[in-house]
Amino acid sequence: MTDTSTDTTPAAPKRTLIQSLEIDLRLLGMIGAFAIVCITFNLLTEGRFLTPRNIFNLTIQTASVAIMATGMVFVIVTRHIDLAVGALLATCSAMMAMTQTTWLPQYLGLELGHPLIPWIAIAVGILTGALIGAFQGWLVGYMAIPAFIVTLGGLLVWRNVGWYLTNGQTIGPLDETYRAFGGISGTLGEFWSWIFGLVATAAALWILAASRRNKKAHGFPLKPLWAEGVVAAIVTIGIMGFIWILNSYQIPSRVLARDFAARGLEVPEGYSAAYGLPISVLLLIAVAVVMTIVARRTRLGRYIFATGGNPDAAELSGINTRLLTVKVFAIMGALCGLAALVASARLANHSNDIGTLDELRVIAAAVIGGTALSGGIGTIYGAILGALIMQSLQSGMAMVGVDAPLQNIVVGAVLVLAVLIDIIYRRRTGAG
Amino acid sequence: MTQTPLVDLRDICLSFGGVRAVDHVSIDLHAGEVVGLLGHNGAGKSTLIKILSGAYQKDSGEIRINGELADINSPRDARRYNIETIYQTLALADNLDAASNLFLGRELTTALGFVNDAQMEAETRKIMARLNPNFKKLKEPVSALSGGQRQSVAIARAVYFNAKILIMDEPTAALGVHETQMVADLIKELKAQGLGIFLISHDTREMLDLCDRVSVMKNGALVGTERVEDVTEDDILSMIIMGKNPKKAA
Repeated sequence: MTDTSTDTTPAAPKRTLIQSLEIDLRLLGMIGAFAIVCITFNLLTEGRFLTPRNIFNLTIQTASVAIMATGMVFVIVTRHIDLAVGALLATCSAMMAMTQTTWLPQYLGLELGHPLIPWIAIAVGILTGALIGAFQGWLVGYMAIPAFIVTLGGLLVWRNVGWYLTNGQTIGPLDETYRAFGGISGTLGEFWSWIFGLVATAAALWILAASRRNKKAHGFPLKPLWAEGVVAAIVTIGIMGFIWILNSYQIPSRVLARDFAARGLEVPEGYSAAYGLPISVLLLIAVAVVMTIVARRTRLGRYIFATGGNPDAAELSGINTRLLTVKVFAIMGALCGLAALVASARLANHSNDIGTLDELRVIAAAVIGGTALSGGIGTIYGAILGALIMQSLQSGMAMVGVDAPLQNIVVGAVLVLAVLIDIIYRRRTGAG
Repeated sequence: MTQTPLVDLRDICLSFGGVRAVDHVSIDLHAGEVVGLLGHNGAGKSTLIKILSGAYQKDSGEIRINGELADINSPRDARRYNIETIYQTLALADNLDAASNLFLGRELTTALGFVNDAQMEAETRKIMARLNPNFKKLKEPVSALSGGQRQSVAIARAVYFNAKILIMDEPTAALGVHETQMVADLIKELKAQGLGIFLISHDTREMLDLCDRVSVMKNGALVGTERVEDVTEDDILSMIIMGKNPKKAA
């Protein structure tokens, strides 16, 4: 208590490496868990797990669930739950499928293949999700029905609303531009993937620099310069490495031959091309960036976390927590619409069982990613990592040839174990 | 007492179901004055004060601020009249840091509309240096703070936003001796700056020390309001328990 040093003295002498780098320990733990999963499966499959091809497939399989998981973070942080996301995804997918194959051609006279069709369909899908989400949020916020009940009802209602929209039929094939959002049929290609990597790296470095400048301007303690350098290097290697891996996945020669043949050409001698960054993953990255900005840099995000931490305090501070609930569920709904786009585009058609059990995958992803069901705590990147860990486990086990029932047993056990570890970690560090 | 009171609560009533929680109560408060509210649990003190802070809506009666009729239907309305409340339960979001709590609902934003955490932290450092120089844990969530530190965040919120009227509902209930003294000093300082303060506490001696006048409530009704120099601790206790002032009754 006799310590007379002021707050503005930089860097106390005794700091561990991690502290100097100011890296979130929980993030480190999750990346570690993910690395262990990957390496284990890579050994068990004799190197087939960590190939560019499989990593590419993992990312496109994860995108739909990961997009919804970012929204689920907000829902769970405000102490609610959304059990209807899988069903809502089906309704949005049905709306988008019917819009592009039936309603627009029949009622607006747009020919199939008209350039406006996919965009109108996507807008309809996202709007449908946002409106249904807002409605559910209204029931929770203003009518004070527990979110568990509202969305449990929604789970039964929305999938079957989707059924009536399509008369239970599988709708397809979907528009070609629309399908580009699904994964393998829509990628940036090698050149633009590199460009994206460079721009993303530049943006990340600029953010690091801006944050240091801002701290300096207010006289806050700064990280040592070498630590900034290490973080910058990790970020750069991470982004460019990811792009490099995706760019290493070459389009098979028979696919190339088919594409060239479709244009009446022959594949030139020695020609090869890579898939690069899938548009669905680009969409996920965009969602992650926007949601992180909302969570950390906007009043909406601040209110979401404050309400989760102490709903009474938030209310007394003049926050309209009811309207906030509507907004949170509307965001969740809009993201279900976006996820429906990715999921149905990947399958190239809409089927009534699309997104079945997704609610559990999405909640599990958010929870494995460190979102506390007691509210107030959660991160967007955590939820995405959680989705990635779940998907890696599932496809890894499939590759190894684990029986399907055992796969589910393992995933269930991992979910419970992840939460247990998180609880022990929080108790030790006294956080939350 | 001829000047216009800062706050004038007239004939306030509020019922919950069949229970008259506040029954025709009238109280006023002047600038630079501390008025204490005393009474048993359930006497209606907190309910009355929550009507002023916007957490509850009155059934009837009127609230005048500086002589003008005020319409307070939510905590946000109350803030517009420069009324700040420090709740018994320390209305803080435990998962957020001190700066986020201090500015909750009134965040400082950048030109682009994003919350300006750096500036809010800088402002928090400044005000904390004044209120509680030992306060160092600016980065941690407030759940990691002691009762006194949490209380200073709540008080800082009122001071920073230039409250004219301060409501303190058992501000020292969760605090140790040293911290209680700190809050008492702060109340005196704020009073000297011309704030009007409503203070709720169960500690009669503390009330006689800090307040200029005390109002006693029982079963939702006002028993009486007395200047502290006119009453003894015993008088107050019998007002609380018996519902009447022995001197007046005699």
